[in-house]
Amino acid sequence: MKQLMKGNEAIAEAAIRGGCRAFFGYPITPQNEIPEYCSKRMPEVGGVFIQAESEVSAINMVYGAAGAGARAMTSSSSPGISLKQEGISYICGSELPCLIVNIVRAGPGLGGIQPAQSDYFQAVKGGGHGDYHMLVYGPESVQEAVDIAYDAFDKAEKYRAPVMILGDGMLGQIMEAVEIPPMKDPATFPKKDWVTDGTGIGSNRRIINSLYIEPDALETVNHRLFARYKEMAENETAFECYKTDDAEIVLVAYGTVARICKSAVNMLRANGIKAGLFRPITLYPYPYEVLAKIAAQDSVKSFLAVELSMGQMVEDVRLGVNGKKPVEFFGRTGGAVMSPEDIVKVVMQKEGR
Amino acid sequence: MAVVFEKTKMLTDVNFHYCPGCTHGIAHRLIAEALEELGCEGKAIGIAPVGCAVFAYKYFNCDMQQVAHGRAPAAATGVKRVCPDKVVFVYQGDGDLASIGTAEIIHAAARGENITVIFINNAIYGMTGGQMAPTTLIGQKTTTSPHGRDASVSGNPIKVCELLSTLDGPSYIARCALSDPANVMKAKKAITKGLKNQIEGKGFSLIELLSTCPTNMGITPIAALDYVKNEMTKIFPLGVYKDIDAAQK
Repeated sequence: MKQLMKGNEAIAEAAIRGGCRAFFGYPITPQNEIPEYCSKRMPEVGGVFIQAESEVSAINMVYGAAGAGARAMTSSSSPGISLKQEGISYICGSELPCLIVNIVRAGPGLGGIQPAQSDYFQAVKGGGHGDYHMLVYGPESVQEAVDIAYDAFDKAEKYRAPVMILGDGMLGQIMEAVEIPPMKDPATFPKKDWVTDGTGIGSNRRIINSLYIEPDALETVNHRLFARYKEMAENETAFECYKTDDAEIVLVAYGTVARICKSAVNMLRANGIKAGLFRPITLYPYPYEVLAKIAAQDSVKSFLAVELSMGQMVEDVRLGVNGKKPVEFFGRTGGAVMSPEDIVKVVMQKEGR
Repeated sequence: MAVVFEKTKMLTDVNFHYCPGCTHGIAHRLIAEALEELGCEGKAIGIAPVGCAVFAYKYFNCDMQQVAHGRAPAAATGVKRVCPDKVVFVYQGDGDLASIGTAEIIHAAARGENITVIFINNAIYGMTGGQMAPTTLIGQKTTTSPHGRDASVSGNPIKVCELLSTLDGPSYIARCALSDPANVMKAKKAITKGLKNQIEGKGFSLIELLSTCPTNMGITPIAALDYVKNEMTKIFPLGVYKDIDAAQK
C-alpha cells in the first residue's frame, strides 16, 4: 500500500527495511528529518542511533560500526559531507560497506539551504584523498530513492564499498506517495568473514586497516579496488532514456532536474521540436557507453546538459559524447531552480526559434 | 622446571618496531596482560591510532581496527554500540588524542561511552619526527619549537585527566608513569581497573601513561625515564582523577 511520506523520512525507513541498524549523524538542513526519524525508529528495531559531536565523528562511528559488521549509515548535506571526506577516504581504503546520504544544498561555503547539484564532482570524482570511488545514485523521485536505499547495503557489501545517495533539498523535502518494501530478514544477509566483532584471535583475527607502508602492497590494494569498480560498472550502471529514439536534441540531467526536463521535453515536442532526455541513475559508474550510442544516432543533432550547478556533470556528458555531437550547458545555481519553461526557452533560442 | 614468566597470549609474536628506550612496548604488554587476566581472549577489539602506535594492530592478538588520526574514540563508539558485549580498547598518543582528536575524546567521555582509552603522553610527536605536541612542556625543545615551547606563541600543555574528570560521563580517570618498576606496576593496576569497569558496564575510563621518546628528545633511554619522573610529573601530576567506585564509598 502506498503512503504519503517526506523524501528524507522515506529514505530512512527504506534503509532500515534494507537492514540498517546503526545511524550516526549531525544536524544540518535540509536533511534533518533523516536523523530525527532514525532517533525514533532505531530503538524500535533494536538498532543504534547516535547524534554525533560532528560530521567527522559521525562518519568515523560508521567506520567502527561497519567494521564490526553492522549495516551502518550516515546522512548530511553539502558542508557536512565535506567534513566526512576524510572518513569516506578511510572507509574506501579499508573496504567497508555503508550508506551515505547527501541531501545537497547550494554552495560554496555555507551557501544556502535550497536544492543544488554542485556536489557532483565531490561525489563521483572523489572528494577525499587518494584513488577511490563509491557507487553514487542520483534518484529523481522519492520512490526511486526508497528503492535504492532499500538495496544499498546488499550492493555495498557485494563490492565492499560505500553507496552514496546524491539527493537534493527538493528530494529530501518533497512529499510523495511511495511503496515501502517489507523488512528484510538479517538472517538472509551474506556472512562477512572480515568483520572485527571481537571473536578473532591468533591466525583467525581480523584487521580493518588502510595503511600499507610497502608501495607494492598499496598498489595491489589500489588495483583490487579498481577491479571492483570495473565490476561495478558492468553490473550496476543504471540510466533512463526518455523519448530519445527519434530525438534531435537530447537533454541530459539527473535527480530533480531530470523530472523538470521531462516536462520540458513534452512541451518542446508540443512545439514541434523532437526533444528527448537521457537520465543517468548511477552517477558513478557513469553510463558513458549508452551516451556514446545515443551520440551516434543519426537523428541526434546536439546535447544540452541541464544542472543545478555551474556545470559539473556536463564534463562526463562530453566524455561520453566524445566529440561526436555538440554538447551545451544550461544551469542555475545558488539554490535557484529552473522551470520547464526556462529549459524550453533555452532550447528554442538555440534552435533559432 | 617451573615457569616463572610467560609472554601474554594477547600479544602476537611480531617484533615491535618501536625505538630502543621507548615505553610503547611496556604499555602494550600491560594492556595485553590485563586483557588476558580479565579473560578477554576472543572477546576484545582494539582501536589503533595514527602515530608511532599505528602498527598496534600487528601486535595485539585480537581483532583490530586502524582508524584516522584522532578519530579512535568515535570509531570505538561505533564498534562498542554494535558489539556491546565485547571489550573495546582504544590506544592513542598525545597528538592524536589531545590535539586533532579533542572533540572525539571529550564527547566519548561525556557520553560515558563504555570503552577503555589508553592515552600515551610522551610530550612530543614521535612518528613524524619530534614536533611540538599539545602536551609539550613549556621550555621543551622540539623541531617546531626549536627555542623551547613559549606559552605566548604556542600556548600551554593540555592536561587531559584534569579536563575529562570534570565531566559526568567517565567512571575512571587516572594518570600513571612508565618511568620505573613501581610506577609500571601501578599503571598495570589502573589499566586493569579501566578494563574491568568496562566489563562491569560502568562506562568510560581513561588511563594516561606518561611515556618516553628518547629518539626525538635526543637523550638516552635512562635520561628519558628521568625526564618523565622528574619533569613531566610536575606538570602532569600522577594519581586518580575520577573513580565512581571511590566516590560511592
